[in-house]
Amino acid sequence: MTADTILASLSLSAPEIILAVGALVLLMIGVFAGERSATAVTGLGIVLLAAAALWLIFVPGEGLAFGGAYLADGFSRFMKVAALVGSITAMILGLGQARTYKLDRFEYPVLLIIATLGILLLISAHDLISLYLSLELQSLALYVVAAINRDSVKSTEAGLKYFVLGALSSGMLLYGMSLVYGFTGHTTFDAIAQALSAETRSLGLVFGLVFILAGLAFKISAVPFHMWTPDVYEGAPTPVTAFFAAAPKIAAMAILTRLVVTAFHPVLADWRQIIVFISIASMLLGAFAAIGQRNFKRLMAYSSIGHMGYALVGLAAGSQAGVSGVMLYMVIYMVMTLGSFAIILAMRRKDGVIVENIDDLAGLSSTNPFMAVVLTALMFSLAGIPPMAGFFGKYFVFLAAIQAQLYGLAVIGVLASVVGAYYYLRIVKVMWFDEAKEGFDRTSGELRLVYGLSGLFVVAYVLFGWALGGAADVAAATLF
Amino acid sequence: MTDWPILSTVTFLPLVGVVLLLLMREDGPNGRRNILNVSLLTTLVTFVVSIFIWTGFDNANPGFQMVEKHGWLGGGISYHLGVDGISMLFVILTTFLMPFCVLASWLAIEKRLKEYMIAFLILEVMMLGVFVSLDIVLFYVFFEAGLIPMFLIIGVWGGKDRVYASYKFFLYTLLGSVLMLLAIMAMYWQAGTTDIPALLAYKFPPQMQIWLWLAFFASFAVKMPMWPVHTWLPDAHVQAPTAGSVILAGILLKLGGYGLIRFSLAMFPNASEFFAPLVFSLSVIAIIYTSLVAMMQEDIKKLIAYSSVAHMGYVTMGIFAANAQGLQGALFQMLSHGIVSGALFLCVGVVYDRTHTREIAAYGGLVNNMPKYAVAMMVFTMANVGLPGTSGFIGEFLTLIGVFRANTWVALFAATGVILSAAYALWLYRRVIFGALEKEKLKALLDLSPREQLILYPLIALTLFFGVYPAPVFDVTAASVDLLVNNYTAALHAAQDVALSMN
Repeated sequence: MTADTILASLSLSAPEIILAVGALVLLMIGVFAGERSATAVTGLGIVLLAAAALWLIFVPGEGLAFGGAYLADGFSRFMKVAALVGSITAMILGLGQARTYKLDRFEYPVLLIIATLGILLLISAHDLISLYLSLELQSLALYVVAAINRDSVKSTEAGLKYFVLGALSSGMLLYGMSLVYGFTGHTTFDAIAQALSAETRSLGLVFGLVFILAGLAFKISAVPFHMWTPDVYEGAPTPVTAFFAAAPKIAAMAILTRLVVTAFHPVLADWRQIIVFISIASMLLGAFAAIGQRNFKRLMAYSSIGHMGYALVGLAAGSQAGVSGVMLYMVIYMVMTLGSFAIILAMRRKDGVIVENIDDLAGLSSTNPFMAVVLTALMFSLAGIPPMAGFFGKYFVFLAAIQAQLYGLAVIGVLASVVGAYYYLRIVKVMWFDEAKEGFDRTSGELRLVYGLSGLFVVAYVLFGWALGGAADVAAATLF
Repeated sequence: MTDWPILSTVTFLPLVGVVLLLLMREDGPNGRRNILNVSLLTTLVTFVVSIFIWTGFDNANPGFQMVEKHGWLGGGISYHLGVDGISMLFVILTTFLMPFCVLASWLAIEKRLKEYMIAFLILEVMMLGVFVSLDIVLFYVFFEAGLIPMFLIIGVWGGKDRVYASYKFFLYTLLGSVLMLLAIMAMYWQAGTTDIPALLAYKFPPQMQIWLWLAFFASFAVKMPMWPVHTWLPDAHVQAPTAGSVILAGILLKLGGYGLIRFSLAMFPNASEFFAPLVFSLSVIAIIYTSLVAMMQEDIKKLIAYSSVAHMGYVTMGIFAANAQGLQGALFQMLSHGIVSGALFLCVGVVYDRTHTREIAAYGGLVNNMPKYAVAMMVFTMANVGLPGTSGFIGEFLTLIGVFRANTWVALFAATGVILSAAYALWLYRRVIFGALEKEKLKALLDLSPREQLILYPLIALTLFFGVYPAPVFDVTAASVDLLVNNYTAALHAAQDVALSMN
């Protein structure tokens, strides 16, 4: 590698370098300034993430870097900006709540930045090794964050569960990679694609493919690798859960998409049946298992399982329309989820007790109309009812599935969405139809800002959706 | 008319009222009155502006008029509006009924009036949007979005079992609609467009039509509602507040009929012909069976709800007779039913506001102290029965003529429904209005207040006017219906020719 190529590689990966250097600097600040610097470090961390996002938006640069291990293209740019927005929002959510949830130490923002660094690298991974390394960087940071509230049994349990199951999935992923390497002789995605063909693919490669998909399915919490999700969502401190629900999901979905449509494109028929299966299973489980939930965070966990199923519908199509649908779906899903978590964070009674049950929302429409209207819009959006944004997300993934003639998948999917509508409606019902309980404490400004913006997003999507959809189309085209 | 976007104006005008209402406070001495005034004014202005659609409408033009088209959302989906003879009168019907809904809610809604009116105005936007959309995705968006305000209206301001009724309403309708959504996507990939005029011109392969037709039918049959998927309607009607019932019976049910004409019949002629016997059977069952069920009801609203299902049976039957008489009759029947059943629910609202019960047994002898009410109720009951001279007669008669041309047996069975409807409607009238005024509670009831007269008398006038002079409606619908029937028969002939040439 010459100095030129190294310089080119460094400039392509500038956002990651900003985060890596920044995280170390922030760590230093934290170490020398002590615990009281937590808020300042969080604020600086948000600035750092925003700087990376702005760099991505305003400094174009595309191409392979680091000997083919890292790829910057339109697709990665779109997903990275989305993931950064998710991370920034999740950190803002934690800003005012840090003391309540015992997150007020400087390690917390530093770990989140490191996780985000892993996320960005993962989205740009173009080689099985860099995929694995960035995935682990992200996961290790998140294991710690899940258990950051050491005094809480639930939080430590969540961290431990996440770690043990995550380690298992990493093992599967690695094993799958080794098989793929063994049967193709390559680790970069391009080379794997060139070495593969549908006619001559060996059974060993299919095994490798299955293991890799299983490992990634764990990260997006798709059935049957979803078991950790409800417990981790419920156990982890809510701002951490909000982080889990947004950026890491986007990254895992992005790399899954890139992997199957570039590296494994020649064996589309093989991976499609796997994706179709986990998609159907996720949609059905997400729809039915959520019905009985009383805890809002658990409900959101099952809801996220279901939503990953819908996003996979687009991926199963394996076409450009499908990938564009997945990207749009993930962005819309992230906005809806972050808005919902902002509202969960705002569920604090006047005596300071944090509540998380759906019944605690009773009569919210009379005690806090604005929050109720926003949550109603978010719930209808999650259920996929037009004119909310969630409908258009579903529309484009199912459109791709119909084009790929996956009729069974599409029919099961829309029927599952009707079942899913039932439990979203229950939240609306509790807020509007039930008698008012004692209201919540005054909501802090940053939470109101976040859920207000996400409410605006889902309602006003009909007006500006063309711009987002167009960007997703352009970005998806780079994969084909 | 100039190129002023009149359809967009009418459709989104109620949103102006929504914004005004959002800025107002409900508490305070004048809060309630101001909210009512603003809502009434908004709906009236919308109605007056919508009149310009009718005056500017060219009866001789069978195609779409007042078209507006802009890019929207990419992917070929556009914001495309327009009306033809089939949809135009539904727009007028919607804007016409809304002021009555506001008036009917004047005193009946005691809590959260502001949110109630906002929900109603948003609902109006969605319903108008359905009728003026010329892009099938836009149509679907409006079609489904209407569920949200209606769900809240039933659930928040409804009766005792409102939660059950609102869930049932929402999930039933959604279940039917999602299949239609998939069909819309399949049509997009087949025809390469979501534009309704382009889709109307496109000839779908007969085999594909079967599946598309079934998917659309799943949605519209639930919305209509047709037997056996009608069970959400009585629940929703009984639990909804009066104005909610009026909108439900007056407009929301018509979305189904409109959809069947616009999409099922016009886009899938071969499948429509193939499935016509199925629709005829379901319609006849609906007419006879739900009429019998209506007879046994003890709740006034439930009885009217079942009678709505029976009347919608005439509509579906007329539509799939697929000739000019049947379609004209179906359209007229929908408009007439929109006015008549709406008025009947308003009549129920009048006595419900006074006694807070809808039990038929709780009434009797109202003619003695409420003569004006008795007259109003009589006109609407007769119109519901289909007495000549009322608007109900024209629609039923024409659909029967239409279906007689298509299938005599169906006409025979459907005609018995006329007798059955007379039985349940007259029996209801006797039990509520006639008889001795014995119940203590009823003796103190006052006759119609000026506000209630204002609601009911215009509807009486319209019912009688269209009963004796239906020409204004037919003038509007004739050209578009003729075009539709011609295209339909042409498509069938083409299919026959293909079949013959293959033999």
